[in-house]
Amino acid sequence: MAEEKKVTRKKIAAAADLNNFMRDYYLELDAAAKKGTPKIAWCTSVGPAEILRAFGFQVYFPETHSAMLGATRMATEFIPVANAIGYSPEICSYLTADIGAFLKGVTPLEKAFNIKSIPRPDVLVFNTNQCRDVQDWFNWYGEKFDAPVLGVHTYRGVGEVTDKHIFSIAKQLEALIPPLEKIAGRKFQLDDLKRTVALSRECSELWKKILDTAAAKPAPLTFFDGTTLMGPAVVGRGTQKAVDVYKILLAELEDRIQRGEGALENEKFRIYWDGMPVWGRLSVHSQLFAALNANVLASTYCNSWIFSALNPEDPFNSMARAYTELFIVRSDEAKETYIKNMLKFFKVDGIIYHDAKTCPNNSNCRYGMPQRLEKLTGIPSLTINGDLNDLRMISDEQAKTNVEAFIEQLQESRG
Amino acid sequence: MVNAKPVYVGVDVGASRTKVAVLDSGKRLVGFSVQKSGTDFTVTARQCLEASLQMAGRAEAAVANAFSTGYGRNNVAFARDTRTEIGCHAGGCYHYFPKALTIIDIGGQDNKVIKLDASGRRTGFKMNRKCAAGTGAFLEEMAARLDIPLERMNDLAARSTDMVKLGSFCTVFSATEVLENIRHGKKIEDIVKGVFFSVIRRVVEMDAMTENVVMTGGVVAHNLYIVRMMEDLIGRPILVPEKPQLTGAIGAALYAMNGSTE
Repeated sequence: MAEEKKVTRKKIAAAADLNNFMRDYYLELDAAAKKGTPKIAWCTSVGPAEILRAFGFQVYFPETHSAMLGATRMATEFIPVANAIGYSPEICSYLTADIGAFLKGVTPLEKAFNIKSIPRPDVLVFNTNQCRDVQDWFNWYGEKFDAPVLGVHTYRGVGEVTDKHIFSIAKQLEALIPPLEKIAGRKFQLDDLKRTVALSRECSELWKKILDTAAAKPAPLTFFDGTTLMGPAVVGRGTQKAVDVYKILLAELEDRIQRGEGALENEKFRIYWDGMPVWGRLSVHSQLFAALNANVLASTYCNSWIFSALNPEDPFNSMARAYTELFIVRSDEAKETYIKNMLKFFKVDGIIYHDAKTCPNNSNCRYGMPQRLEKLTGIPSLTINGDLNDLRMISDEQAKTNVEAFIEQLQESRG
Repeated sequence: MVNAKPVYVGVDVGASRTKVAVLDSGKRLVGFSVQKSGTDFTVTARQCLEASLQMAGRAEAAVANAFSTGYGRNNVAFARDTRTEIGCHAGGCYHYFPKALTIIDIGGQDNKVIKLDASGRRTGFKMNRKCAAGTGAFLEEMAARLDIPLERMNDLAARSTDMVKLGSFCTVFSATEVLENIRHGKKIEDIVKGVFFSVIRRVVEMDAMTENVVMTGGVVAHNLYIVRMMEDLIGRPILVPEKPQLTGAIGAALYAMNGSTE
């Protein structure tokens, strides 16, 4: 009988430092929640964290919490709880899993860090650049905790980013300052914002360098590593600690490149992943690809926390630009140019599009993009159906057969 | 007298049926067997092997190599390697029709559309989403709703003069639509044809029907009228191999003949 090969990727030593970073981050949040100081702001994953940190808030990111629900395979149990109070199974399963878990009084932070509950917010600040769902999500909690909800409303389908876009978003960011001054109980200091923007930029540059190491052959890391290593880039933006931990990680990956050590023992195929990870299947997917000697080494998703436009000397305008240059809010034409450049830079053999049932904004395969990009680049693609958090939307056998057949196709095309 | 010349075996363990094909060194089909997959794929595959070798007049010692494919491909004890059903259907179809192809395979649990260029190189493929609408499982469900044997569906559909239209994507909702048509006194043959049309419409939604179109799979093997309906829909003739249910197994046997287990 043909044995199913079990292969795993090589472990990254700095992952332990990143785990400690995440542990300390959540413990500090929990301590602040218990003590009542510093105040706590909730923020969307690409919300204005730099401003919140400049005010001295501890910043909590519900999307990361919900990704933890997904990665621990707890999410599917709680989604129906939110469905039952009127949130459709068709909408963001980050939202439904998170609200459902809250209603049941459950958090994955308990098992991971012995933290009993998510931190109570003093303010919730969203940017709709991820989707409109984050606004609904934050409004629900705002009502629940009787806390103010502030927001930035993004542009969508942006082709060229113009001064008009920047002006409008920058004005919205500036408009956050007076209410935040009241909530924080302190005056806004421009120098504090310049400092957090500078740190955020430094974190972003390090994160980019980390992800760019995957351009090496063989690549020293995988997308599946990236989805967990990205924690500091999301929750630690604007902090020195995130910068410090990424320096350690980057040094290790550069050392791997020097030694010619890949994340997989025998990297034969280089794959690009577009769309959300399937959080509850990170390990399964990692093993599936590794067993086929295929390294999923680059992604749109992990690269979405690179904000090269940030400039501490012009914080509001540069934040507006960074948040508007973001892949997720761009036109299909801009997205296709971006992916085409990524395929070339990372020397990619094939693309996987994840069509996530409840995340249309991160499912780029629904309007003919795979066909257009394949025609443009000659690089074949595969679309797999699934979801970020709702495992009821996933057929593991279908996904496995699809992936195996795709790698088989790449192999046969080499002759 | 038992023939000792080597043969190559392909096993396709599908969700519904297990198929074994035995090819001689001239790539001729000399034995085959189709049985319900049941709940023990290993045993069923073995039974199919024995039946097909008997048909081929070969002892098991004559099996030079064996590959498996399909949903239960890792449960075949005597297979030395596996290939995906996409690769095997592609290989099996190209064996009979060596030209640029769009292959439609309608199986018990899933549908596939596979594209090959003129050299037989696979250029892409699609599988249906996890939903079983438009597959053999859908026909089984509808036959049960209509209280008719599955094997009568083909003849009934061919007799239809006024096909009913079923609009839903979903098997359960389609069943409700069928019940509604029964309630309105629609003829059973017109409903069955509507069910068939629902199957082919799901397939043509999956990908463009370019080049030479081949149809395979158990649903096609037992319901050739579906092929006629598809020809009407796309406006040109469709190729069907002599044993459309066996193309996956034949493709696996061809992989076995090529011998590589890499």
